[in-house]
Amino acid sequence: MEKPKLIVDGKRLDGRGFEELRPIKIEAGVLKRADGSCYLEMGKNKIIAAVYGPREVHPRHLQDPSKAVIRYRYNMAPFSVEERKKPGPDRRSVEISKVSREALEPVIMKELFPRSGIDVFVEVLQADAGTRTACLNAASVALIDAGVAMRGMITAVAVAKVDGQLVLDPMKEEDNYGEADVPIAFLIRNGRIEAIALLQMDGRLTLEETRRAIELAKKGVMQIYKLQREAIMRKYMREGEDYEGSAEAAEVAKELSENEGGSEKEGGQSEQEVKE
Amino acid sequence: MRKIVMPGDLIARNPRAAGYGTYVEKGKVYAKFLGLLDKTDTCVRVIPLKGRYIPSPGDVVIGIVREVTANGWVVDIYSPYTAFLPVSEYPENALKNRKVNEVLDIGDAIIGKVLNIDPKMKVTLTMKDRVCKPVRVGRVVAINPARVPRVIGKKGSMIKLLKSELGIQIIVGQNGLIWLNGDRRKVSIAEEAIYIIEEEAHTEGLTDRITEFIKKKKGELENGEA
Repeated sequence: MEKPKLIVDGKRLDGRGFEELRPIKIEAGVLKRADGSCYLEMGKNKIIAAVYGPREVHPRHLQDPSKAVIRYRYNMAPFSVEERKKPGPDRRSVEISKVSREALEPVIMKELFPRSGIDVFVEVLQADAGTRTACLNAASVALIDAGVAMRGMITAVAVAKVDGQLVLDPMKEEDNYGEADVPIAFLIRNGRIEAIALLQMDGRLTLEETRRAIELAKKGVMQIYKLQREAIMRKYMREGEDYEGSAEAAEVAKELSENEGGSEKEGGQSEQEVKE
Repeated sequence: MRKIVMPGDLIARNPRAAGYGTYVEKGKVYAKFLGLLDKTDTCVRVIPLKGRYIPSPGDVVIGIVREVTANGWVVDIYSPYTAFLPVSEYPENALKNRKVNEVLDIGDAIIGKVLNIDPKMKVTLTMKDRVCKPVRVGRVVAINPARVPRVIGKKGSMIKLLKSELGIQIIVGQNGLIWLNGDRRKVSIAEEAIYIIEEEAHTEGLTDRITEFIKKKKGELENGEA
């Protein structure tokens, strides 16, 4: 197929500006049986992520006596692309699993859970370019939802070069016919970008373009970061019926905390009563 | 007022105030996991909203025997780590020269206490405590361990309420397993009440609503009998 024109009248094919993200929808805690989960839509990408753990590792020889092992599985559903994808891991998904795991590993406080394992599963239900970044975003929300100890949050976005122009968050046509595709993941802590957790490049960019791509990604990533936080807040606010600003939440939280210290003693006390 | 914090949120600038659920980097205190912020003048800490049970010494836990060995039992305590209960930590007078598997067998539930945890997270349990015993009767229900303080209530108020209203025995394990014993129908009411507490852990007037719930259920029970 011949390469279509990707930029028309200073706009992209779907009418977006160069620095505009696709619409994003994030929902936390969608799977009841998982410790943490997340459903994410980024344009036409549809991703579901589940986190289990920390839990015991099987097979045993994979255990690490000094820290937790992290397993990340990226998988595309056979129906996620137009031409049926043969199910099961292939070269591409094994590689994506590996780089994504390596992006998450320094963020998770593995040393707190020696001999245990944390399993992250991400399934691509529908693919439309930039799935590895979307998967990382979903995995990050699922990990927080699972209550895993982390140094910060991972947020990722891709930058592409199409028709000589750098664009944020490419969609399928731009990915297929563009000159370069650069997925970038950042570690964000307290609303500030602290480090680059993943950077890959398919195609060619000059040094100057790479610099500009990273700057562009930084802008996009902050918007996604906000949405990720909102998704988690929404889930726990639903439970607490408007957490912020409500006196009730404060009262409950106080109760929660007061019992934390004393609970063990209370437990002991109640058992004594039982004996009597 | 308590705020929800997420991993990496800056919560204090004084590293000496860092408490549970926080970590310090370059003299700043950050939250380690998702939870509620508890800030006082001397201490900041994060109360977890979710997560697995991580054992700590002295905790009363309920576990299930998964394996019997020559010198003890491997006990599942619903945590990332399995616990070990050595025969020597079982009350001597209860052993009575029986074989190990005759004392406790696979599938038996026990109420034990965490004795010690080594740096490799090998957990040792003891049953040489007056609260500890094998569970032979009653029912064990499981909840999210982060909700355990709520089931116990302020100074044990919730647990006292359940006990006095229903006249049953309850032991709450820190790992989120709760043992209930008594009249079967009343235990069922308590079980339902516990699930409500778990579900609505953050809502206002929970104790009042539970009181009402139990009264209603008890009324139904009595009407049924009459």
